[in-house]
Amino acid sequence: MTTQRPGEAGSTGGSDASGGGPRDTAGIPRRRPFRFDRWFLATGWRHVVGIIITAFALLPLLFVFSASLNPQGTLTGSNALFSAIGLDSYVRILTDPQVPYATWFANTLIIASITAVATVFLGALAAYSFSRMRFTGRRFGLITIVVIQMFPQLLAVVAIFLLMSWIGDLFPAIGLNTRIGLIMVYLGGALGVNTYLMYGFFNTVPASIDEAAKIDGAGHARIFFTMILRLAAPILAVVALLSFITSVNEFVVASVLLIDTDQQTLAVGLTKLVSNPRYADWSAFSAGAVMAALPVVALFLFLQKYIVSGLTAGSVK
Amino acid sequence: MTTTTDEGVERAERASGTPPEKPTKRQRQAAGIADQASGGIGVLLVKILALGIVDAIALYALFILVVNAEWLIAGIVAAVAIFVNWVYFSRKRLPAKYLTPGVIFLAVFQIFVLAYTSYVGFTNYGTGHNGSKEQAVGALMSAALDRVPDSPTYPVAVVDRLGELSLVVTGPNGGVFIGGEERPLEPASGAQMEGGVAVGVDGYTTLSFQEIVSRTDEITELAVPFSDDPNEGALRTPDGRSAYQYTSSLEYDEAAGTMTNLDTGVVYTDIGTGAFTSEAGEELLPGWQITVGFDNYLKALTDTRLSGPLAYVTTWTFAFALISVASTFFLGLFLAIVFNDMRMRGRKLYRTVLILPYAVPSFLSALVWAGMMNESFGFINQVLLGGASVPWLTDPVMAKVSVLLVNLWLGFPYMFLVCTGALQSIPDDIVEAATVDGAKPWGIFRLIKLPLLLVTVAPLLIASFAFNFNNFNIIYMLTNGGPRDTGAPIPVGFTDILITMVYKVAFTGQMRDYGLASAYSILIFIVVAVISIIAFRRTKALEELN
Repeated sequence: MTTQRPGEAGSTGGSDASGGGPRDTAGIPRRRPFRFDRWFLATGWRHVVGIIITAFALLPLLFVFSASLNPQGTLTGSNALFSAIGLDSYVRILTDPQVPYATWFANTLIIASITAVATVFLGALAAYSFSRMRFTGRRFGLITIVVIQMFPQLLAVVAIFLLMSWIGDLFPAIGLNTRIGLIMVYLGGALGVNTYLMYGFFNTVPASIDEAAKIDGAGHARIFFTMILRLAAPILAVVALLSFITSVNEFVVASVLLIDTDQQTLAVGLTKLVSNPRYADWSAFSAGAVMAALPVVALFLFLQKYIVSGLTAGSVK
Repeated sequence: MTTTTDEGVERAERASGTPPEKPTKRQRQAAGIADQASGGIGVLLVKILALGIVDAIALYALFILVVNAEWLIAGIVAAVAIFVNWVYFSRKRLPAKYLTPGVIFLAVFQIFVLAYTSYVGFTNYGTGHNGSKEQAVGALMSAALDRVPDSPTYPVAVVDRLGELSLVVTGPNGGVFIGGEERPLEPASGAQMEGGVAVGVDGYTTLSFQEIVSRTDEITELAVPFSDDPNEGALRTPDGRSAYQYTSSLEYDEAAGTMTNLDTGVVYTDIGTGAFTSEAGEELLPGWQITVGFDNYLKALTDTRLSGPLAYVTTWTFAFALISVASTFFLGLFLAIVFNDMRMRGRKLYRTVLILPYAVPSFLSALVWAGMMNESFGFINQVLLGGASVPWLTDPVMAKVSVLLVNLWLGFPYMFLVCTGALQSIPDDIVEAATVDGAKPWGIFRLIKLPLLLVTVAPLLIASFAFNFNNFNIIYMLTNGGPRDTGAPIPVGFTDILITMVYKVAFTGQMRDYGLASAYSILIFIVVAVISIIAFRRTKALEELN
């Protein structure tokens, strides 16, 4: 599925209309007059499906984008798409003293970035040892990680809350209502699906490379940091991105641990902001949502190629 | 790093064409030297610095823990710190060096909290039951304080030390006493007198009039016990200048374990349920925390008012997860097939557009959909349906449909990407061979492509099921579990799934029941674990671990 036959693009089609069908290798490409019915049977109907699904996919995004540009605040006022355009709501959400949007944004970025980097690092360390070393309990360790991961942290949220409030009594700097405490809780999941994903990737890096480096006098630390991590950069990027998005999206633990408005993340803050959409300043929320989503979407599109391969290798959002 | 010896080995390898099967003695020596030389002086410094930081933190933690008499935890911290030092200064223990950092977090925030959850599931922890029995007695007595009608007036001064308020009291005989919320009155030394009345004590700051005004709430709340016996009552000051004697309308008899209401004469007894209970069954709250065994589980499964909601929430959770996986998978697969045709133009553009719903953080999209689906003001009813009033989120059935629809929107791009990848990895020659043998496109798809695709995708479908089974965000952000089931004693609604029900039982409403919530958590864990293990057994995903 890599090459495209010349003269085939769009206007002419083979007789085969099945999706992803076989290439008619025996056929010799030649120009034929354009015939609509032929074109429609081959690829035209695909565009019809494409347009319908594009509308379905884009509608909410267009709606929120249009609402964010609407100077009026209410939900009803946002219904007429792109009827009024202005940046008032962006100014409003950034300057409202009741809504520390910039602080929430910064909290989210800090928490999600540190969690992502640390998750990749801790996970890569573990994956490297599982992939390259043979030790007692290795298989048991791998299976344990998979099984424990089936117990999502949000199920233990009561225990996490009680544990963190106990820690907070003794060490206020890392207990309840601190960003570092939340990051530590998230790192409890560092050895999980992500490790498994990296383990699979490390296995595809030939061990002979390690051996060659060893012969050249490199120790295990040098091999890990300068070679394995570099060779595995694509999967590390995917894991970091997925971990980042997971933390950005995470609501339960964050809402329980972060009590003060100034400590909260976007997920917690924005949710409370529109807990009743009817009375909320809807366009200010939309402006906040657009600003929150743009960096993530940009990252996604930028890393698209890697994400697709990473997903196929087995992860979920 | 390359030495002449190594070059020699390499050259020999290149000459022979194939690397030797087993490492030669020389190679093993080289590997040994390399491992020892791996710690250059810089690496060693980093290692010492990092361990120094870890040890400093551990020592600080130990100090705090010992001061607070948390001996068990202190022992664990010390043991872990010693283990970490041993691992990283050892020449061997290589796997441990790589595994320890992650495992520590895993142990504390996954394994320990899992164990702790099951422990909490066996207690009555929650609103009204969140402390020890002594704390409960103190709280009950001070909540029932009444002013003694003919109580003498005690002149007082309000003083502050480190943000904690105390009262300086001048007794009827001129003696000066000091006491605070949890410190009964005791004779004060170094009192500053003014006209026979104490106005301050050394080491404390006397509050000025302005400060008394600004901290009125704190001051009127302050009750200073006369002695260790809670029955003797306490001193309270309404204005920060004079205090009166208050005694509790409750009398505590420690030997009998009873609380007596002196006004009504009702006796409340500790009958082992974690609260003082009258013969009529009335409980005095706050109570205290006790272990209740399997009561929470029994209550969840057999109390008819709770088991009804549990049953329909469980059914809906399974239906939601299954339908979500199936709908997103089939739409994703269909689109993957549609857009997997080489002759089609603009496939890249379509793919980029279709990724967008997946790329937007899901909590945001769910909130946006909640706005669009608002019955009276939402975009869908107002604009798309021209002013209809479809109860998207407020009717029990429609709310479920809406949740599934929105989850389809959120999830199909993922399945589309995955299926596209899986389809493209099916080798062309298999399909060609089938075509040559005269297979029709539908037959090729059903008998060849789909089975091959399912092999790749099956583990992802299981993972997706597990994810949706606990898909908190969509339910909470879109419907908040609503519409509410008013008949249930817990704040549960018709679109709640198990995980949102746990969250509501634990963290919303007047009565928080951590014990019941934890019991639910454990039940969910058992269900998810059993399903996953069966499913993984079938797909043999775990067998592939080598």
